[in-house]
Amino acid sequence: MTAIEPPMALLAELTHRCPLQCPYCSNPLHLERPAGELNTAEWLRVIRQAAEIGCMQVHFSGGEPLVRPDVEKLVAGAVEAGLYTNLITSAVTLDRERLQSLVDAGLEHVQVSFQDSTPPGGDRIAGYRNAHAKKISAAQRVREAGLPLTANFVVHRQNLHHLEDMLELAVSIGARRAEIANVQYYGWALRNRAALMPSRAQIDEMSGTVAAAREKYQGVLVIDYVVPDYYAQYPKPCMGGWGRRFINVSPSGKVLPCHAAETIAGLFFDSVRDRSLEDIWSSSDAFNRFRGTAWMPEPCKSCARREIDWGGCRCQAFAVTGDAASTDPACSLSAAHENLVAAATQEAGAFLDDFVYRRFRSSGR
Amino acid sequence: MSARIIIDVQSVPRLAPHIRLRFDKVRECWTIQAPERSFVLDVPAHAIVSRCDGNASADTIVNDLCAAFVGAPREIIEKDVLALLQDFVDKGVMLA
Repeated sequence: MTAIEPPMALLAELTHRCPLQCPYCSNPLHLERPAGELNTAEWLRVIRQAAEIGCMQVHFSGGEPLVRPDVEKLVAGAVEAGLYTNLITSAVTLDRERLQSLVDAGLEHVQVSFQDSTPPGGDRIAGYRNAHAKKISAAQRVREAGLPLTANFVVHRQNLHHLEDMLELAVSIGARRAEIANVQYYGWALRNRAALMPSRAQIDEMSGTVAAAREKYQGVLVIDYVVPDYYAQYPKPCMGGWGRRFINVSPSGKVLPCHAAETIAGLFFDSVRDRSLEDIWSSSDAFNRFRGTAWMPEPCKSCARREIDWGGCRCQAFAVTGDAASTDPACSLSAAHENLVAAATQEAGAFLDDFVYRRFRSSGR
Repeated sequence: MSARIIIDVQSVPRLAPHIRLRFDKVRECWTIQAPERSFVLDVPAHAIVSRCDGNASADTIVNDLCAAFVGAPREIIEKDVLALLQDFVDKGVMLA
């Protein structure tokens, strides 16, 4: 086995609390209650440890990170530790005063999520009145404060017809970067798959639209595109490979190779309350379980792409096949691929558009 | 909509606001930290980026590099410098 490389970035999920209720939320179905969250001192320790083991950036995320009053202290601590700081926010509560205090703390970049290109769609998908208008105002304030802005769009059957408008919106609010991310189907999104799964026609159109927009906005807007992997030939290199680039800390301090890893039953995740980040990154069972290529079954093991896609997504493999060590069913070489695509296509064609909203009370506990 | 910046020898490049040129102690190399991406710079790339101070033109930077890397043909250095600057400008990492 080759030496373990240092992680690139810390994903700090400060809380699962959020004013929005997006039906594809990447948080687990079992949302962490506020009483279990790490406190300020614990987060500051995690941030320092992350910098020491090689993280170059920290992404403050959630839930909605701004629910916590100590984000400024954490940003200041990250800047002091030499990390590049990024706030990933719904922005519906990001007023002028809060933004200024974050800028004063040294914040370097803001990513604002949008649920659609228009208020009716955006407010409905977020399950929050006036969400869209508030986000646009907040995004404009971010630009006025001189910070770089990314506009994030999670795309699915119910908003893909607005894809071009979303990119135009990103440019109009001064974003220099946009993320077009197809829904990843585990947790809440898997529960809502029938309402979210794009049609084959939408998928076929999508990549062309993104390619045309990249040309149109060259030098104006960088577009990062997460492909719809159910219909792809090969799986995405999820997180750049398990335990290769990212270290994710949950609100209660569990250290995860990706934000959805807790959906995999049978894996034990260590806490920053018990072990150091370095120890967990280099020697914990969970990080080593699917690191590299030694764990791979066939057809992954002998695949020429094994160090390109790193076997795809372990969470998706578990969610669909019940075995996290199986080939990602998004891969056309997986035995489960054909059934998966057939089921998804059937669901997309049924046009059942109602959501199960992401709420603590519809949470599994 | 702001227009794409096209780099030529007259351009005066600098890092965009809130983009950081940092030495990474763990990896022992220079990097650019930008929104949700990191660029690891090899020695030639760092030689170019570290000279982009908002005062020197691309032409000046090329002259400077010719003096620093004796023996490398000027036209090749100029081509590399302009290509790197255009790439970083397109990615929003630099302004000119």
